[in-house]
Amino acid sequence: MTDPIIRTHNLCKSFGPVSVLKNISLDIQPGEVLGILGENGAGKSTLLKLISGVYTPTSGTIEIQGEAFKQLDPILSRHKGIAMIPQEFNLVPTLKVYENVFLGQERRRRGLLDKATMRAETARVLKSLKVTLNPDATISELSVAEKQMVEVARVLVNDARVVILDEPTTVLTDREVTVLFDVVRAMQARGVAVLFISHKLKEVKNLCQRLLILRDGEQVDLCDVADVNEDDMARKMVGRELSQTFPEKQDHPTSVALELKNLNIPGLVRDVSLKLHHGQVLGLSGLVGSGRTEIAEALMGLRRHTKEKLVINGKEPVIRSPSDAHAAGLAYLSEDRQGKGLVMNFSLTENITLLSLRKYTAGLISRSRERRQAREFQSKLAIKAASLETPVGLLSGGNQQKVYLAKLLDIDPDILILDEPTRGIDVNTKREIYYLIRGLAEQGKAVIVISSELEEIIGLCDPVLVVREGRIAAQLTGDQINEEDIMLYAAGARETAAGTTEQQGITP
Amino acid sequence: MNQARLAGARLSDRLRSSGLDFSILAPLIALVVLLVISSLASEYFLDLRNLTNIARQVSYTGIIAIGVTFVIIAAGIDLSVGSMVALVGVVLVYIINQFADPVQGVIIGLAMAVLSGALFGLVNGALVTWGRITPFIATLATMSIYRSLALYFSDAGEMVSTNSLFPEIGGGYLLGLPIPVWTFLIIAVLAHILLAHTAFGRHLCAVGSNAQVARYSGIRVQRIILTTFVIAGACVGISSIMLASRLNSISPSDAGVFYELDAIAAVVIGGTALSGGRGSIWGTVLGALILGVINNMLNMLGVSPYLQGLVKGGVILVAVLMQYKQSR
Repeated sequence: MTDPIIRTHNLCKSFGPVSVLKNISLDIQPGEVLGILGENGAGKSTLLKLISGVYTPTSGTIEIQGEAFKQLDPILSRHKGIAMIPQEFNLVPTLKVYENVFLGQERRRRGLLDKATMRAETARVLKSLKVTLNPDATISELSVAEKQMVEVARVLVNDARVVILDEPTTVLTDREVTVLFDVVRAMQARGVAVLFISHKLKEVKNLCQRLLILRDGEQVDLCDVADVNEDDMARKMVGRELSQTFPEKQDHPTSVALELKNLNIPGLVRDVSLKLHHGQVLGLSGLVGSGRTEIAEALMGLRRHTKEKLVINGKEPVIRSPSDAHAAGLAYLSEDRQGKGLVMNFSLTENITLLSLRKYTAGLISRSRERRQAREFQSKLAIKAASLETPVGLLSGGNQQKVYLAKLLDIDPDILILDEPTRGIDVNTKREIYYLIRGLAEQGKAVIVISSELEEIIGLCDPVLVVREGRIAAQLTGDQINEEDIMLYAAGARETAAGTTEQQGITP
Repeated sequence: MNQARLAGARLSDRLRSSGLDFSILAPLIALVVLLVISSLASEYFLDLRNLTNIARQVSYTGIIAIGVTFVIIAAGIDLSVGSMVALVGVVLVYIINQFADPVQGVIIGLAMAVLSGALFGLVNGALVTWGRITPFIATLATMSIYRSLALYFSDAGEMVSTNSLFPEIGGGYLLGLPIPVWTFLIIAVLAHILLAHTAFGRHLCAVGSNAQVARYSGIRVQRIILTTFVIAGACVGISSIMLASRLNSISPSDAGVFYELDAIAAVVIGGTALSGGRGSIWGTVLGALILGVINNMLNMLGVSPYLQGLVKGGVILVAVLMQYKQSR
């Protein structure tokens, strides 16, 4: 074994009292592909941010090519040859491939841009990756996969020794994944170490030599991929007791609230059917980008789609816009609270009544009635804010989320679709929201929860639909709902097992 | 220290919940300062006739600025309002002159002026919503088109009204105030109610602040944007009536020139952000008054008319810089 490029020693990171990464001791060899596995919140991205210098370690050291650092910064880390390819690309869409490759590090000759050299070098790097891509193509004309290649080329002209790929395949088709893997192997052949983060166990198994598994910030295992199978991986990732943050499931499903048959969104969702009962919390699980959100947006009339049938409370409403959906009794909490959920410069009151404004309007808006209702929600949901007139942009994420929920509840919807209802909020508020959701189901409302957090799906939902690549991969109920099974279906390691009720409604 | 901050926060909350608009405080203070300076600088400034004159002058662009406020709150812009003044004026005088009966002529002419203004606004709005052209470009194009049409239909000559009643509108008084000033005030009150107290106004702010959130909230974003342009057009129609009737004629080459800039300036000085999402009609009214007082003062002090644009530009910059500082 040669000397490692990177070696970490008892690396720890905590934010205030919360410890998110504990004692990671790791070595990365040149020319190896190291897979990093873990659930959301397991500490993967924290580890990457420590290595790429975004975060400063609380304790422990990072050694790069024998040189020990107590702390790094992004520029130093980059200078030492560590490069990260983020999920959201940082490319200028109006510029050409070679211009992006050399953005910020342009080659010059006598003060002017040396375009010929930059073009040639870009072509050379792309060729070494066996990618056919014109250096003069404009970024905006490229596919997602091609943009990814440009990002790779960019770090390679920078002489990167370690390349971090953060869930690179979620946005790619199967064929593009094959190309990416070839590129990774080509980098490997150049002696570059690759850190590969993915939720897809099969890919990890195919591509990586070694595997680091994280769980709750701790290093569960560092092993050769050859020694473990996909079931082992899933088990090691999730082997943890569910904490008591969840209210007891007491499903008393009654009448059918919503029945959807064969929903199709071209290129995204295929033949999705589901049946939702009053009193139920139905979970939509699956990887990011699997089509969960798109299903919800189609139901709300926000996306073009075709379907065989949609029955809501015995009626077949025509839903072409969110206001049609609201009228039919649906309400949708978007995963993008700031971009699609709340008006940040509006006050609590104005946000809470935005969907239901008609209730308070007889020609003119009755401010006092609005405020009374907002105050009621504030005390019911324990929203912490200086006043009801405070712009919601000044509130914490958890309190914003409560305002968002209040906004939906104010139209008294019969069916709630909650997309990542606890994203980016603290544990305590999460718990409050879980109890709120359970309470809504007990009131007889029908709830769909879309979540990437398995713990949440398992603690809260029954039944659970696992979505993979735009299809329902499995429908799980009762004891079938466990992290291992969900993960295996979501990652595609297991096809729908015999005996599962497939595509049909779940009998209560 | 902490207590003082707490008290400050409580005070600002109370001010906010009292319904009093915070943002118009700055332009209000600016106007008062300007009035004091002007009355000290010239003994004729506080003369009733001078003040009436300023109010009348301000009302033409002020009415337009109120309409433009709606467009800007929706994060749009309307550059065509100046040209629209001329085109509506041409339509108006042409129609009025078709009727022998002065009363009939005035009634139909006025109605048609407002309607045609709204129609031209609808064209702007349609280009922006259905045509998906950015407001700046769409209204830059119609600015050129409307001016050109006005010149063509009038053969580039001044059109004089032959209606005996018509000049009474712009030149007339009611309870000591010129009719254009009354019109300005009434429109301001109505616009304020529409913006601050109706569902439309609330939805408009949501659209301007974040169109995506508005869409997800079931608000018909395109219809709201379209409506703002129609409102701006109707306001232009009314302003054009006031202007043409005051002069008893319309000059298609001069009428409304640079009104779009004055209107936008009034909106900005009044504290409405060009990025949209929030705004105040009273701020716009104050902004228009500030511009009017500055103009008047410079005239009375004998400052070269060529330098007046410089002062106006300076005031706009100061207003925007102050808002920028505040928002940080």
